[in-house]
Amino acid sequence: MMVRFPGLRFTSLSWPWVVTIGYLLVLLCLPILALLSQTFTLSPDEFWAIATAPIALAAYQVTFVTALGAALLNGIMGTIIAWVLVRYEFPGRKLVDAAIDLPFALPTAVAGLLLATLYSENGWIGQLFTPFGIKIAFTRLGVWVAMVFISLPFIVRTVQPVLQELEPEVEEAAWSLGASPGQTFWRIIFPPLFPSILTGMALGFSRAVGEYGSVVIVSSGIPFRDLIAPVLIFQRLEQYDYSGASVIGIVLLVIALLLLLTINRLQQWGQHYAD
Amino acid sequence: MLINDRPRLMPSPRSLPRPRLSQHTKPILIALALTYIGIILLLPLITLIYESVHLGIQPLITAISTSEFRSALQLTFLLTAIAVPLNTLFGLCAAWVLARQHFPGRTLLLSLIDLPFSISPVVAGLMIVLLYGRNGWFGPWLEAINFKVIFAVPGMAIATIFITLPFVVREVIPVLEEMGSEQEEAARTLGANDWQIFWRITLPHIRWGLLYGVLLTNARALGEFGAVAVVSGSILGRTQTLPIFVEQAYKNYQTQAAFGAAAILVLLALSTLIIKEIIGKQSGMTSRSSL
Repeated sequence: MMVRFPGLRFTSLSWPWVVTIGYLLVLLCLPILALLSQTFTLSPDEFWAIATAPIALAAYQVTFVTALGAALLNGIMGTIIAWVLVRYEFPGRKLVDAAIDLPFALPTAVAGLLLATLYSENGWIGQLFTPFGIKIAFTRLGVWVAMVFISLPFIVRTVQPVLQELEPEVEEAAWSLGASPGQTFWRIIFPPLFPSILTGMALGFSRAVGEYGSVVIVSSGIPFRDLIAPVLIFQRLEQYDYSGASVIGIVLLVIALLLLLTINRLQQWGQHYAD
Repeated sequence: MLINDRPRLMPSPRSLPRPRLSQHTKPILIALALTYIGIILLLPLITLIYESVHLGIQPLITAISTSEFRSALQLTFLLTAIAVPLNTLFGLCAAWVLARQHFPGRTLLLSLIDLPFSISPVVAGLMIVLLYGRNGWFGPWLEAINFKVIFAVPGMAIATIFITLPFVVREVIPVLEEMGSEQEEAARTLGANDWQIFWRITLPHIRWGLLYGVLLTNARALGEFGAVAVVSGSILGRTQTLPIFVEQAYKNYQTQAAFGAAAILVLLALSTLIIKEIIGKQSGMTSRSSL
């Protein structure tokens, strides 16, 4: 496993290097290049026309607005959950803590099936809303519910370790100096926590934007209503429209990369508080 | 960690009365958190248990004893059995390269490996179709040698590998870095060869991290839906995995079959989660990545 000559580390290609580079080239780089090259067969005008077609714009709007809504709700609730899990002792705390990982462990198709059942007109939650004329499953609300479900652990699991590092002594010092609970929260607790809340929201948002499995089951996939961008790609592929699928795919890929950059920046900002 | 335990240790600032509001916030926040978790996370799980067993166990057994279900289960296991060992081998190599060697572009390589986490599974599937499909780069060549990748098992295996690629690397790098390379170098000066060093020094040190990564890879490979669905064409009894079976059964109003398959999948996934918790407790380590 080791490189034999420490002085020749760059030049001697040991087989871990060969495996790593070869594997990445074949299984990761080649597929990405295939996607890029497919779009190069189009002229910029054609690309722009497909990328900004009304059906595509509506799909982006449903995807991003709904994912943002899910990230906002989970940003608040996820922070409260992290706070409760770190700071309070109550019966069943360990179990609740383990349950947070449920959306990570549950296959997305199963999540979709369960949410569709729960929030359909006859479902346990859905029937509570039926008298008011509110339909959840197979509408945009259903997409939102699925995105809330899958993105919750990202916020809790990002905020939790940061909260654990925060020393209660500082808060006690603030109290003893006469700060109100509100002042203590906004001036002492919130500033170091804020970067991690944003990081968690960005991670959850990123996951929600790419989500397919749960959303495709809990939504009806009707354009301009609850069709999200990944489902649109799938529909284009079913019609053998490879160019159409690739253009939307590139748009999603670029947004995923931008989000990745943002998350890295946010993590650096959070690191600055930790040091 | 508990605020309430602190006063016994350091009583001095306690002479000041604690603000009254905080006494009410604790029960309110706990109630709020538990209600949210109950509705968002636990109610779906209860739905699963209720729907799978409320008609009795017999319809469930009938629903999952069809040949379609069994072939879906077999295919899911097959894909996992291909993706997990390959990604484990790659993960060990890549983690060693990234943790033990310093070279220009190291950060870039790390971000590249993380990429499958941020790419939508459908986009991942699309890439594989564009590469190996009929009009893809390798399409004509694959057709010439009569080897089907898309709408067949090889394509689905490639999709599963793509989606689960980062887990082992991400879990092993931190343990390798923590371990340091002194012991490996000592063993080398004593005349051990690469293989001996790996089996006797490195592997025992990284075994928990490695197992953790393997479990995460396994859980994700079992449940992967989007990427595999794109390349599978979901041909009944031939390219249907368990998650695809769940979706198709639900869309065809075979609710019992859908819930039966979902229950099996969840049992597999949850057992992974439980093993993960036990390892976490034993080795005192926490996961660096998430599914």
